[in-house]
Amino acid sequence: MKFAPFSYLRATDAAEAVRLFAEAREAAGGARFIAGGQSLLPALAFRLDQPATLIDIGPIASLRGVTLDGGRLRIGALTTHAMIERDPLIARHAPILAHAATFVAHAAIRNRGTIGGSICNADPAAEMPAVAVALGARLHLLGPKGARVVEADGFFRGYYETLRAEDELLTHIEVPIAAPAARWAFGELARRRGDYALAGVAVCWAAAPRIVWFGVGDGPRRDGAAEAALATGATAAEIAHVALAGIEVASDHATDAATRAQIARVVLRRALVQAGLAA
Amino acid sequence: MRVSLIVNGEAVTADVEPRQHLADFLRQTLGLTGTHVGCEHGVCGACTVRLNGVIVRACLTLAVQAEGARVETIEGVSATGEIAALQEAFHRRNALQCGFCTPGMLLTAAEWIALGGGPDRAAIRDWLSGNYCRCTGYQAIVDAVAEVAGTARGGAP
Amino acid sequence: MTLGRFDRPAGGIGAALARPNARRLLVGRGRFVDDRTLPRMVHAAFLRSPYAHARIRGIDLAAARAAAGVVAVWDGVEIAAEVAPFVGVLTHLAGMRSAPQPALAHGTTHWQGEPLAIVLARSRAEAEDAVALIEADLDPLDPVTDPEAALAPGAAAIHPALGSNLCLERRIEVGDVDGAFATAAAVAERHFDFARHTGVTLEPRSCLYDWDAGDGRLTLHYSGQVPHMMQAVLARHLGLNEEQVRVISEDVGGSFGIKIHTYGDEIACAVAARRLGRPVKFVADRFESFASDIHARDHTLRARAAVDADGRLTAVEIDDLTGIGPYSVYPRSSGIEGNQVVNLIGAPYDLPAYRARLRIAFLNKAPMCQYRAVGHPVAMAVMEALIDDLAARTGRDPAVLRALNIRRDDSYPATSLQGLRFADLSHERCLAELRRLMGYDRLRAEQAEARARGVLRGVGLAMMVEITNPSPMFYGVGGAPIAAQDGATVRLNPGGDIHLAASVTEQGQGTDTVLAQIAAEVLSVPAGRIAVSTGDTMTAPHGGGTWASRGAGIGGEAVLQAARALAGQILDVAGTILQTPPERLALRDGHVADATGAARLSLQDLARMVYYRGNELPPGLAPELVATRHYRVTDQPFVYSNGAMAAHVEVDAETGFIRLLDVWVVEDVGTILNPLLVDEQIRGGVVQGIGAALYEECLYDEAGQLLNASLADYLVPMAAEMPDIHIAHVVTPTRSSALGAKGAGEAGTAGAPAAVLNAVNDALRPLGAHLAQMPMTPARVLRAIAAARDGAGA
Repeated sequence: MKFAPFSYLRATDAAEAVRLFAEAREAAGGARFIAGGQSLLPALAFRLDQPATLIDIGPIASLRGVTLDGGRLRIGALTTHAMIERDPLIARHAPILAHAATFVAHAAIRNRGTIGGSICNADPAAEMPAVAVALGARLHLLGPKGARVVEADGFFRGYYETLRAEDELLTHIEVPIAAPAARWAFGELARRRGDYALAGVAVCWAAAPRIVWFGVGDGPRRDGAAEAALATGATAAEIAHVALAGIEVASDHATDAATRAQIARVVLRRALVQAGLAA
Repeated sequence: MRVSLIVNGEAVTADVEPRQHLADFLRQTLGLTGTHVGCEHGVCGACTVRLNGVIVRACLTLAVQAEGARVETIEGVSATGEIAALQEAFHRRNALQCGFCTPGMLLTAAEWIALGGGPDRAAIRDWLSGNYCRCTGYQAIVDAVAEVAGTARGGAP
Repeated sequence: MTLGRFDRPAGGIGAALARPNARRLLVGRGRFVDDRTLPRMVHAAFLRSPYAHARIRGIDLAAARAAAGVVAVWDGVEIAAEVAPFVGVLTHLAGMRSAPQPALAHGTTHWQGEPLAIVLARSRAEAEDAVALIEADLDPLDPVTDPEAALAPGAAAIHPALGSNLCLERRIEVGDVDGAFATAAAVAERHFDFARHTGVTLEPRSCLYDWDAGDGRLTLHYSGQVPHMMQAVLARHLGLNEEQVRVISEDVGGSFGIKIHTYGDEIACAVAARRLGRPVKFVADRFESFASDIHARDHTLRARAAVDADGRLTAVEIDDLTGIGPYSVYPRSSGIEGNQVVNLIGAPYDLPAYRARLRIAFLNKAPMCQYRAVGHPVAMAVMEALIDDLAARTGRDPAVLRALNIRRDDSYPATSLQGLRFADLSHERCLAELRRLMGYDRLRAEQAEARARGVLRGVGLAMMVEITNPSPMFYGVGGAPIAAQDGATVRLNPGGDIHLAASVTEQGQGTDTVLAQIAAEVLSVPAGRIAVSTGDTMTAPHGGGTWASRGAGIGGEAVLQAARALAGQILDVAGTILQTPPERLALRDGHVADATGAARLSLQDLARMVYYRGNELPPGLAPELVATRHYRVTDQPFVYSNGAMAAHVEVDAETGFIRLLDVWVVEDVGTILNPLLVDEQIRGGVVQGIGAALYEECLYDEAGQLLNASLADYLVPMAAEMPDIHIAHVVTPTRSSALGAKGAGEAGTAGAPAAVLNAVNDALRPLGAHLAQMPMTPARVLRAIAAARDGAGA
């Protein structure tokens, strides 16, 4: 469908974006930030969402790009998936991110879609939220009351729901640099290349392992039982066997929960073996 | 609102509604009907154009977001001759039937070649996986892209 | 008059000529309906029923009419004043019933997505905004969504006047079926489920109607396959004479049968154009395409087959239940698909006994009708799966069991138990060629070796027969305004170039190109000098258009005969000019040549003399350099083609994912007009069939709501998952025409589901698991494996 009408404002810096949002949200129909628009615009096409005002943060150059900042990677929220695929700092310090980016939809989407947009949209089958949790990333938010930092682990509350208040802007993602011995694994199964995951897992092991599911439940979910098993040197099969305890697995009209769980365990087992994290 | 951008090398200024997407802007405001609309939710790839040198879905880009940008459509890249080898290979191999997916397919393939993607057929299939074609079954398209990619790399396919 | 091989011009019959009319599609110069703008054009959008079944208490259009940019808004009652309702029955399908269908619903709405009101506005966006302001007071009624329930005694009839939800029932019984099953050495029996599909043409349904009040003429810029049929339909239902209606089809972004049917929303646009005196454009968006394009393939079958101790088939029995929409679609009827299923079961084989029951039930779902390969995919999948089952049960190799049972190549003419009359088929040669092409024995050895490693690979075969080149006994006999004959006019111009007009149409398969090749061959002129005009009822001969794979066979034959007639005219004139008997002259490379082969007169010079310097010609000679011929198949209802197909898959038993490794197709299309185009048609068809086997299904809930009406949720085949498709041909020209070309467009779609189904089951055989439902999703594969492991599977 054609989009329903909306007003459009451009922000040139983060503070202005927050201010414009605060002004616009008073109007009936509310406001939304638009970054790459690769998730927002399809939602508008379905007329599921009909905001009165879009505030375009795309022009905010300072929110785009990857730098090394005091021993941590600083990834601007407007960094596109395509940039993440190719960035040398990410390749060296958080290779799981570059790898995960190649699973996001298709090249044309990756050229526009941003890591910040993916994290804020919080689609339960998206890769970036899970990888952010697995990396122990910290999310920097800017709102009318100022800036705050939230751990990615705990940021995602459910289907398309995060701790970000409507009027807050995600400005950048901060990722601890992978220690030389840090290991990672990533697995995803989708019906077709680029589709949302039927089941996926992101694993990072710096000090302690983090195993984070996506596509399995209502958002990225750490698997405590699997993490404990991995930490104690269990085999990949054993880890997969104890995984998903206490995690509600989603059902949809194509794949029921039992099938999804079965496939998820295989994805985890194979990812761990392929990465050499477990036997 | 007013938007100014460069389309196929030509400076363009127009009044648009914020809600108008780039595909409709190109087709309806500028009369560049070579870019096609197949789904309007970013899945089929028929609307693929180049924005600041990289491929994007024109249906998932607002015209106002293209302010100050450089946009190239199938008409533009045809006129410059940039994709002549691809077009010739597509034609010779019948890598198009109804032609509706073809502009998007060509722009997507052109980016593969510009990025130095080679003639590996599985990799080409992956790259084209976001462009829906109902007519050809894809094989002739993959063959055409592999042929041109192999030549572009300077080796035998 | 035949040409020797050495006389072959550039791009004659059999040349792998690239399509001249594809060049402009490569540079963005397509001419699709939505590319066209007419002065003062308005855009249509529709309010569509959110319910599968509801009483329409009232529709308040006031707010919509007042909305920005809106020119007019009308509901079903207002549109009905100008449109005669359609009834999609064919009189030769005995007992078929359907209620009259309005263009827009009024009184009651019968499927989710049915149009209820039309909005005309300056832009599509404004039209959609206005649709959102329409207040429809709808009273939901219980929907009928299950075919069994729909036909159960006492079930509420969707159309009370019809008394029940039965559209058509047909039974066939030939031979001693019960006796054969009672004495069989082995029986295979399965329950099959085939999911509902939709065509997903990349260019959605599109139309642009222009009523010229000055002329009293309606012009339709049409994305579709059958301009003459649409001309007749519009005339009949809008109360016009046919000469008042012009239908023009230029580029069509995919059709596959979706765009040969009559859609109420499009007819409402015609009414709107006439009322407003302004052009009306309607381009369906993707969501409304899913909900309102015709669907296809929704079948549940019980089927069984028996063999004797020698492995010979002795009987087949099927019971096919299919749920269509609330109306049989006009004018081709929704009975054809089911009819073809029961007619085509067992077609490659010599069956001694057959029993079938077909029941077509009305449902409150989107209407269903012909879509590429109509019925064939179901018929082939069922029979070929039973054959594989029988092979497994009797310890025979599936290729060997097929070889035992297929009709012999020297057995024609032959008639099947369903009354299909076969001629010029080649099952034996195709199967042998398939085995060679795929390296069957080597594949089986590799399969065994892979199994030993725990890798599940499967090989699946499918023998196919396709209905092509239909005669008037298909639709015309049943009262539909559908021509089963086609015509061509071929003309020599003063420049020495040829103009060719034909009544078959182009949607990218290459119709225009092969017609030019045929004329090029006969006239010995390069194909590049032949301008082809198709798709416009004002300038094309009257004909049926393209469907049922008839463009090449029927349109091509008309071109052949017209070109031969023109050749005769040219030689007659040349004979007079050159003072030589015409039978001692021939056409060669754009010239008239004498018996020595020497060029004596160019076609250009001859034409100029005729057109410009008639004074130089003898008074008695009234030369014409234009010929029209029409052709229909007469000696049989259809011309059949045949083929053999195989798929090679690997199944991941842990995840249920199926990987397609290879597909092979050996197809006998008779005379091959252009091998490049035929092979690409086959490939496209195979991938569409793979969609059926693995991905595509329209999912409805019990309330008749379509759950997956987007391209993110209805999965179509994309490049990464598709295999390479290897093709070879056997050539047995049909003797029903001089050209000898059979149809080729639907073969891939007909056989691929069968081959893939068999390959998957072959891969799963060591686990004792089996699937008889398409699409074969990972969930279904895993369930089948679990069922076998738990001992519940058979």
